[in-house]
Amino acid sequence: MSAVVDDVSAQAEPGGLGGAVKRPGVAGRLFRNPMGTASVLLLAVIVLSAVLAGVLAPHDPARATDNVLTGPTALNLLGTDSNGRDILSRLLFGARGTLMSAAIAAVVAILIGLPAGLLAGYYGKWFDGLSSWATNILMALPGMIVLLAVRAAVGPNIYLTMVIFGVLMSPGFFRLVRTATQSVRNELYVDAARVAGLSDLSIMGRHILGVVRAPVIIQAAMVSGIAISFQSSLEFLGLGDPSAATWGVMVNDGFRNIYRQPLALLWPTLAISLTIGSFVLLANALRDALEDHVNVKEKTSASRRPATVAAVPATVAAEPVDAHLCEVRDLRIEYPQPGGERKTVVDGASWYVDRDEVLGIVGESGSGKSQTAFAVLGLLPDNALVTSGQILFEGKRTIDTASRRIDQSALTGLRGRRISYIPQEPMSNLDPSFTIGSQLVRPMTRILGISKSEAVTKALDLLSAVGIPNPKRTFSAYPHQVSGGMAQRVLIAGAISCDPDLIIADEPTTALDVTVQAEVLDVIRDLQTELHQGIILVTHNFGVVADICDRVAVMQNGRIVEQGDVRTILRHPAHEYTQMLLQSMLVGKPPLTRLMSDSATGGMK
Amino acid sequence: MLQFIAKRLVAGVVALFVVACLTFVLLYSTSGDVARNIMGDQASAASVAAKAHELGLDQPLMSRLSSWLWQATHLQFGTSWFTSQPVFTAIANRLPLTLTMVCVAILLIGVVATFLGVTAAVKRGAADRAVQIMAVLAASLPGYIVGIVLVLVFAIQLRWFPAISRIGPRSGAAVWVASLTLPVVALMLNGIAGAAQQIRSAFIKQLEQDYVRTLRSRGIPEREILFRHVLRAAAPAGLTVLSLQFISLLGGVVIIESIFALPGLGSLAVSATTQGDLPLVMGVVIYTVAIVVVVNLLVDVANGWLNPKVRVS
Repeated sequence: MSAVVDDVSAQAEPGGLGGAVKRPGVAGRLFRNPMGTASVLLLAVIVLSAVLAGVLAPHDPARATDNVLTGPTALNLLGTDSNGRDILSRLLFGARGTLMSAAIAAVVAILIGLPAGLLAGYYGKWFDGLSSWATNILMALPGMIVLLAVRAAVGPNIYLTMVIFGVLMSPGFFRLVRTATQSVRNELYVDAARVAGLSDLSIMGRHILGVVRAPVIIQAAMVSGIAISFQSSLEFLGLGDPSAATWGVMVNDGFRNIYRQPLALLWPTLAISLTIGSFVLLANALRDALEDHVNVKEKTSASRRPATVAAVPATVAAEPVDAHLCEVRDLRIEYPQPGGERKTVVDGASWYVDRDEVLGIVGESGSGKSQTAFAVLGLLPDNALVTSGQILFEGKRTIDTASRRIDQSALTGLRGRRISYIPQEPMSNLDPSFTIGSQLVRPMTRILGISKSEAVTKALDLLSAVGIPNPKRTFSAYPHQVSGGMAQRVLIAGAISCDPDLIIADEPTTALDVTVQAEVLDVIRDLQTELHQGIILVTHNFGVVADICDRVAVMQNGRIVEQGDVRTILRHPAHEYTQMLLQSMLVGKPPLTRLMSDSATGGMK
Repeated sequence: MLQFIAKRLVAGVVALFVVACLTFVLLYSTSGDVARNIMGDQASAASVAAKAHELGLDQPLMSRLSSWLWQATHLQFGTSWFTSQPVFTAIANRLPLTLTMVCVAILLIGVVATFLGVTAAVKRGAADRAVQIMAVLAASLPGYIVGIVLVLVFAIQLRWFPAISRIGPRSGAAVWVASLTLPVVALMLNGIAGAAQQIRSAFIKQLEQDYVRTLRSRGIPEREILFRHVLRAAAPAGLTVLSLQFISLLGGVVIIESIFALPGLGSLAVSATTQGDLPLVMGVVIYTVAIVVVVNLLVDVANGWLNPKVRVS
């Protein structure tokens, strides 16, 4: 047992998760959590009372007297049991057996699970298959029944029983270590270590053990608690050594005399619950310390009030009669960070888009372009804060300045009906459990109010409109049965299915093969010429902008650095960031080169 | 799909076989002087030897194992050393009560834990914290303590339910309900919070998927997204959580039956263990593991059916 606690303090010093994350020590964060401090203190007290039982105990725990089942007295501070033995002394000595059981189970489980997990995760192959199979069998065994069988076989030997219990608990460690090892094995720094000529053994020791150390300690605390629960259960059932002073035996004795002296039951029950509770709390506190709970807390508190508008700009003028289809004014989006700071992802962006036009929002990843798009859709993550600005759809505000929130009720009427969305990653944006057809039909029956058969007909038309060769087959297929390019066409079909006025396309071609990219862009452009929607196309690719957009807004670090007519900006990029983006795109991009030569000849005239 | 089921079935039978062999070797290679125990201290060496021969204890371990396995394929698991009752009959008498309790408990856990887990995942905030705190509490209290507290409060203090089962061979439904309410609640309490916490994580994991955002962008109502799409996607993880809960209930029921003096499989297991009635212990292990194998198979099939990749191919 004490080994587990020692490990915790040793683990705490060298900076948490294998040096991958540099934060204040885990120990510091563990002790800042009152639960963490309390559990460590309680465990320390229990360990001390076990170690010092011989000194602390007022009586011989095994000495029977005639004072049977007394309540607390000056002689017996916590009373006596049914044999007149002193309960306090028995509790103190009982801590030894309890902690030993926990330590044995945890150590055995680690000794089996850790190396097996390392080998299975690192080398894989037949050992992985074999050990995973064995793990599945172990996990299908009801622990209590197995322990009964062990007890029947070896008699009331609680330590041997706990060795077997450790084997039963090893799958937890095995799975943990195996998963962690698999994910670390292919990391660059492990490759580098391999290239540097380190042996597999030292790579495992140095790099992988560092990563799994913390989760293993957490798991060990959990297993210790479970082991105490099982061990005391066996003793409670009368299967322990009746002569030994252990907590489970004391509970058994107390329960049998519950009518005569309830207190004799209370003390051991309390001791067991507190000990197990300390292990559980320690595990939880350690997990929180490692995950940096501040962040999580901020998230949950913010989530109850999604996308709060903290400050209301008083400067929003009355909307002009001929409003743009969609206009964003001075939009500012922030995310709370651990430590109370906020990270600004969109910093005062303003732009507009009209019907029958394609606005490109271009920038590197992290420039805030996707965040802007999600804000228009009203689908920002729960913890996002819209701290200033306004979004107008046909002149109507979708950020409710009175309640200081994104006006979800206004957007519920718009989403799907007037504004639609083409996502970036085709496969993850279709629900794998439903057929493509049902995912197309449902929004149409809901938004357009048409019958199911009408919706089916329209869905098939849409599928052929976006260039799917066999609409019927795709209609009845599940997402996993179609290719990425087909899935993206399906999503485009879904986006136009309810005749929206504004389509927001977030990197619609990025996840596709180069040849498919061009086809998908063609589909979007053709549909737009035909249906005259406004499109906001978010991309990092100036080639796509040149190909399809009418106007472009260039974003960098959350700000719009430049916007205007595509031709003008391609010919005369004013901002150096735009120039840099363009230069990086220039090599071997036919549409762009053509435009540039256009501009060259245009300039000559 | 059929191939998938067949594969899982074979895996289950193999697991059962492996567990049977290991348990048999564990039980019979370490057991001490069983014949002496049965015959008592007064018996002569010759009669003890005769008893050992009668029980087959003088045979080599491997030949006893193979004959046990052969009989087991005919659903014969030997006879109890102490009551001479066939193990099959002894277990068959006890199984219905235990299975009733475990099945009712797992159904209730499924319903309550799903409700709590989904509420915690969607509402976060106070509901979320309540589930976390309940999970810590439930993990800290061993099943027998929960049982004892329930007996103290509801049977001894309030006298709402009997402290000790009144179920007899001819008991009516009212007696069953009265006698089983507290045990089933005791069984459930330890499982609910843990299951709710895991269902919560599974639900949150699905809520964060890309397709949920796309469904929202299509104007599908939030309620429909949660209950038609997210709940369905989280169902396999939830079923797996419940199958693990089921396994731990089969262990927990041993303790609960002892507290409430219920004549089920668990109390049979405890008395067989105390007496060292190895054929009966062996039978209990095999039955329990067989039940687990069947439940896991059902969960696998259900998950396979829920997953179009398995179902359609």
